[in-house]
Amino acid sequence: MTETATETVLTILQNDFEEIVDAWISTQSDEGVQRTDLFSHKEGREQTSALVRALVTGIEKGATGDRFDLASDAWSELRNVLVDVTQERSERGVTPSDMASFVLALKAPVFYRLKDRLAKYPANLVEEIWLFTRVVDAFAVYCTEVFIAERDRIIEQQRDQMQELSTPVVELWDKVLTLPLIGTMDSARAQEVMENLLETILQRQAEVVIVDLTGVQTVDTQVAQHMLRMAAAVRLMGAECIISGISPTIAQTMVQLGVDVGEVTTRSTIRNGLADALSRIGYEITKKKDH
Amino acid sequence: MSSASAIYLVEGVLLVAIQEDISDTDILDLQEALSERVVDEAARAVVMDISALEIVDTFVGRILAQLASVSKLLDAQTYVVGMRPAVAMTLVELGMDLPESKTALSLTHALKDLRGESRG
Repeated sequence: MTETATETVLTILQNDFEEIVDAWISTQSDEGVQRTDLFSHKEGREQTSALVRALVTGIEKGATGDRFDLASDAWSELRNVLVDVTQERSERGVTPSDMASFVLALKAPVFYRLKDRLAKYPANLVEEIWLFTRVVDAFAVYCTEVFIAERDRIIEQQRDQMQELSTPVVELWDKVLTLPLIGTMDSARAQEVMENLLETILQRQAEVVIVDLTGVQTVDTQVAQHMLRMAAAVRLMGAECIISGISPTIAQTMVQLGVDVGEVTTRSTIRNGLADALSRIGYEITKKKDH
Repeated sequence: MSSASAIYLVEGVLLVAIQEDISDTDILDLQEALSERVVDEAARAVVMDISALEIVDTFVGRILAQLASVSKLLDAQTYVVGMRPAVAMTLVELGMDLPESKTALSLTHALKDLRGESRG
């Protein structure tokens, strides 16, 4: 027996490259994990070949056996391919368990070939199987990690987008900003909105800000206080604040809660708010005679 | 008097640019010097540019408010200009919203406002 541990696997992978790829792909379809609805046969084949090639590279560099460590340099190519394939597939909606089954499906074709070659050497056979299993299992675990990392990244991205959506500051006119608030306001969001608004005032050198509450259903005392603080902070920065679109309910709540609106300008609708804002910066809205 | 509080007279308006590293004693000196200058020059307004201030505490906040009240007694309107967002939020949180001062985005805006007023 000249071949040492994992060298048999290497030989098998090199000699029977196409067959292994075919077998891997067909195992996937047998197990129902090949999602032809999500990616084509060609893509599936390319990805599978790339994985097997990277696997060969890893084994060639001799990084198996007791020294096996998927995080080592010898396995960098395989890790990169796995990350690419996993990201690609997770974006298209392949589930983590499908992906793990896909990786684990590599075992069957390799094991059958090992059995053929090492039928006379049961001890070697067991060792080869054991070592190869360790490698493949590590891939499957790695895939799951990539999946989780990818999910986290998407969640993070969506959270940022949500936050931006919830605090839109729009430059309505030169020097006029508007902040259309929609939905439920809570203290955390009110604080966020305020920071965002003040920064934008600084950037755009805005002179008037219209805070539109048309889309806000209810406010509590804290949020009402936040609104007034926001107006005060806007004034301190040297801009003016107009609050528009206060609903009857909110107006009643604010009065009942004893919130002192003080000197904050209020306008019934955003339309009146805009007219007011424009007149403050020296514009006038006039109707054409013909219309 | 330190360079932290140089006062310039432009168009009958006293301009003060408050420096980033102004100390508590500097600002007290400034308060005194400024009130005298308002009377000496018969200034109609005081413009304080605080864009260099990145943080304010209650002390500085109170002095800013006092400066405005003092100037008002001496018949000069105070403008606080260039306040940073973080400073504005802090002052509001502290409940010091400078009721006696006018505010403007920048020195230019304050001067524009002052000219508008004098014409009117």
